[in-house]
Amino acid sequence: MAPIQPSQEELDRINAETVTNVTSTDFPGHWPGEDNSWSLPSFRKTFKINIHHNDPLESSFSLVGIDAAVANAFRRIMIAEIPSVAIEAVFVHNNTSVIQDEVLCQRLGLVPFKGGKEGIQQFLKWHPRKKDDGMNTVVEEEEEENTKFDYNTIILSLKIACTRNREAEKGERDPLKAYHNAHVYARDIQFKPFGRQEQYFSGEDAIRPTNPDILVAKLRPGQCIDVDMHAFKGVGSDHAKFSPVATASYRLLPTITIVKPILGKDAEKFARCFPQGVIGLEKVDKKEAQRKGSGYEGHEGEIKAVVVDPMKDTVSRECLRHEEFEGKVKLGRVRDHFIFSVESVGQWESDALFLESVKVLKTKCEALKQNLQTMNR
Amino acid sequence: MSREAYQPPVSAPAPTRDAFGSGLASDGPAINYLCGDCNSKVPLKRGDPIRCKECGHRVLYKERTKRMVQFEAR
Repeated sequence: MAPIQPSQEELDRINAETVTNVTSTDFPGHWPGEDNSWSLPSFRKTFKINIHHNDPLESSFSLVGIDAAVANAFRRIMIAEIPSVAIEAVFVHNNTSVIQDEVLCQRLGLVPFKGGKEGIQQFLKWHPRKKDDGMNTVVEEEEEENTKFDYNTIILSLKIACTRNREAEKGERDPLKAYHNAHVYARDIQFKPFGRQEQYFSGEDAIRPTNPDILVAKLRPGQCIDVDMHAFKGVGSDHAKFSPVATASYRLLPTITIVKPILGKDAEKFARCFPQGVIGLEKVDKKEAQRKGSGYEGHEGEIKAVVVDPMKDTVSRECLRHEEFEGKVKLGRVRDHFIFSVESVGQWESDALFLESVKVLKTKCEALKQNLQTMNR
Repeated sequence: MSREAYQPPVSAPAPTRDAFGSGLASDGPAINYLCGDCNSKVPLKRGDPIRCKECGHRVLYKERTKRMVQFEAR
């Protein structure tokens, strides 16, 4: 199989108001005489990964030469199927703040936590879920017998009361100065390790909020919040609070083809139609000016527009709105170049998330394989 | 006559303001309420006027339950 070469017809598929040729055509039996069947050796040869930047909380990389279905599977797995720990059960002993119990609990659930990677990823196991059996919830019986929960439950507590600050100046209007604990932040949540959790979550590895400055509630003197929380492992398909990514998305690499030369003032205007760094301005050199049919004849020394970095383009199509560029530029997308952007909320490293998504897809494929084998029997 | 049929109460219980049914004790235990204005504790017995002893405000609130309440964080 030849590498997937988008035809010209496919490339200029972005028009001023429409986008055409959106479906892929590189599958067996579509083009007469072309064998587009998937094969491992050719995939090995053509598949490439380019890493653009890689920070703990944000990474960007390109997968080149992969099918949209697989790329999308990775994205969906990162959002919904990689486990992470979040508060699931809240036991309210007292809450006299203006924020209602239900709302407070929901807010606590959304606070992202981080802690020792080994502890969270290996030591912590799934918490047995209550099975929703239609009408009534049935608790799995194992839970009753088992009295050790250190491997599947993380206990946190938030006990805070607001008092007047005696040292504050008289007539102080700022609640943060006039009262103690007027604002309840995520950093006030305390981790209560028990059992073997001390080994995995101590010191730097303690379970704590990724963003300590999340405002949970506001208090006034005399009000207090006293809650215990249990955090479990869960997946994003169950609730968004379990999703380990803020966003995991991809876009296709844009292509910009300058068909006819864009010169002089037009070139500057053309460059302004795109984000900075996409279009560069160069002088027409002698060779080009002498070549017949290049469109640059007799324009030596003038400024021309050249495509420098289409990766930075947002495909705003601004250039297609102007008359002077009509028929001079073609916009498109490279069909098999996926620029991923993964933003972690802190429990995982953002690059580890992608590797984990590959692992999850692999185990799914293995499960499918096994099921197919039992089906054939 | 089937068991489900309505049976009128034999003796009508005297209307009581004590929701806990602590019985027919004439005074009953004092229950703490919170004043809607000054937030002070107001112990009330049966038959007491509903009025804060500190400020005279006539709106009183029940105290929050001392029991733990469990919620799902979703």
